[in-house]
Amino acid sequence: MTSQTMKSSRVRTATPPLRAKARRAPHLRRKSVTLTVLCSVMAAYTLLPLAWLAINATKTQQNLFTSFGLWFKGFGFFSNVGSTFSYENGIFGRWLLNTLLYVVVGAGGATMLATLAGYGLAKFDFVGKKAVFAVVIGAVAVPATALAVPTFLMFSKMGLTDTPWAIILPSLISPFGLYLMWTFSSEAVPAEIMESARMDGAGEFRTFFSVSLPLLAPGIVTVLLFNVVTTWNNYFLPLIMLKDQNWYPLTLGLSTWNDQAHTAGGDVVFNLVITGALITIIPLIAAFLLLQRYWQSGLSAGSVKG
Amino acid sequence: MASPPLDLARPGPRRPARRRRSLVGWRFVSPFMALFALVFLAPIGYSIYLSMYKTKLIGGTQFVGLQNYGDAIHDSQFWTSFARVALFLVVQVPIMLGLALLLALAIDSGRLYGAAFFRISVFLPYAVPAVVATLMWSFMYGTQFGLVRDIDKHLGVTLPDPLSPHLILASIGNIVTWEWVGYNMLILYSALRVVNPSLYEAAAIEGAGQFRIIWAIKLPALRPALVIATIFSIIGSFQLFNEPSILKHLAPNAITTYYTPNYYAYSLSFEGQQFNYSATIAIVMGVATMIVAYAVQLRGMRKAV
Repeated sequence: MTSQTMKSSRVRTATPPLRAKARRAPHLRRKSVTLTVLCSVMAAYTLLPLAWLAINATKTQQNLFTSFGLWFKGFGFFSNVGSTFSYENGIFGRWLLNTLLYVVVGAGGATMLATLAGYGLAKFDFVGKKAVFAVVIGAVAVPATALAVPTFLMFSKMGLTDTPWAIILPSLISPFGLYLMWTFSSEAVPAEIMESARMDGAGEFRTFFSVSLPLLAPGIVTVLLFNVVTTWNNYFLPLIMLKDQNWYPLTLGLSTWNDQAHTAGGDVVFNLVITGALITIIPLIAAFLLLQRYWQSGLSAGSVKG
Repeated sequence: MASPPLDLARPGPRRPARRRRSLVGWRFVSPFMALFALVFLAPIGYSIYLSMYKTKLIGGTQFVGLQNYGDAIHDSQFWTSFARVALFLVVQVPIMLGLALLLALAIDSGRLYGAAFFRISVFLPYAVPAVVATLMWSFMYGTQFGLVRDIDKHLGVTLPDPLSPHLILASIGNIVTWEWVGYNMLILYSALRVVNPSLYEAAAIEGAGQFRIIWAIKLPALRPALVIATIFSIIGSFQLFNEPSILKHLAPNAITTYYTPNYYAYSLSFEGQQFNYSATIAIVMGVATMIVAYAVQLRGMRKAV
């Protein structure tokens, strides 16, 4: 599928015939200032809060209250970062490590399971395949939060609440990831390649790892990235599963700090909330910027069948 | 067809091979399915079980059949919360998807300066956790050190408080739109990228203008992606929880414990210990979501034919 996507964009931008046609319809190529300005308004809307966050992460708590929100006053960024990591015996660092643990095991595992299962569904015939497919696709429509209360009760009977498992186990299942890997596998791995690997005497798993896996890479990166975002940003599940602050992820920790300001006698630490929020979003934004090529091609491929 | 004796005498290599392959498929799928059963199917089964029981002050937990569902139907707090997310759905989702559609068409048109910049900058909020998005916006909405205060001070006006009871739903709508507009744009944009370019060529030869091309080629090509984006947005609206739950501390008067159905189910469980009734509400909302999502899908697909 990637090859077709690449082919079509190449056709669209570079081949001579289209250039010739473009002369007949010159409006197809002319850039529009009006359109660009309209889109700039939209980009300003999406970027403004991020700019606000970055600017205000440089202010001391006092300056937060006394300065204009979209301009600088003083420079306390490094002292804010220092205090964020040292406040309450450095619990923020612990939250960061927890988040990394949930992301690596949860999102990584979810991607592995979705890849294996999506490939299995796309490439093999087996008894009960239709049932598997129907159940999983039906599950996409079940609101994840509708499961939260019963999952909590079940996990508390199993003694899993207030442990990392309560966050990791539910994160391991991504029906949407499975769906994406299923559509992606059926397009990206030609049956002939698998057949010739079998002819060479490779077992199914050997074929999967050495032949199919490289072909699936753009799809895997896409699913991984989306699973990472879901896990990194998870709030509802930790909120109900965890009482012990030592197992909190960043999201829950930040909202706890923010709530302090609104409780009687609570310590007001808005500068730490803002700086912590900035630290929380930087890794994901960096990942999306750096991996653009992969997830964009992976998404196009997924959309063919969608 | 081989005759039975031959079959017995020589167990052909075909049948065992096919059977082995059928097991191979399961070996790929079963790790997923095992966990799926634990974290999806078991909780669904368990909540159906829970919804049929009730804990009473006298007599402990008893089987009550469908009584909880009857209670839910007559529960005005539940209906208030349901009406609120329905209103949210009807107003916020079309605005968000409309913006996403316009952006996707603009970026795909090839007429923008710096299209790649717009694509990524509009998408970036997707990478921001709902918690952080809500915290940022709530700070900006705030009258303490927010942008609202700054504008009031510098321009000498008094803007309406975005956290007041009659504006808070719109304020939440703004946060949700900000979070998801780029994601939806990307779904639609990806669908546009796989349109066969020879269609545009043909249309251009016949003298079709941009708007004609959008109407006759791009919108029909976008239909499946729009259906999917709509279904995700419906599910998202019905599940609304994070934003109101974080804003609650800032606007305790505007956000009730039954602000959204999901918030209601949460409050029932973790503040009221009414686990059975909470499970009932969750099931009712799950079923409602599936019905609406399914209806949208049917309608979207029927139009396509």
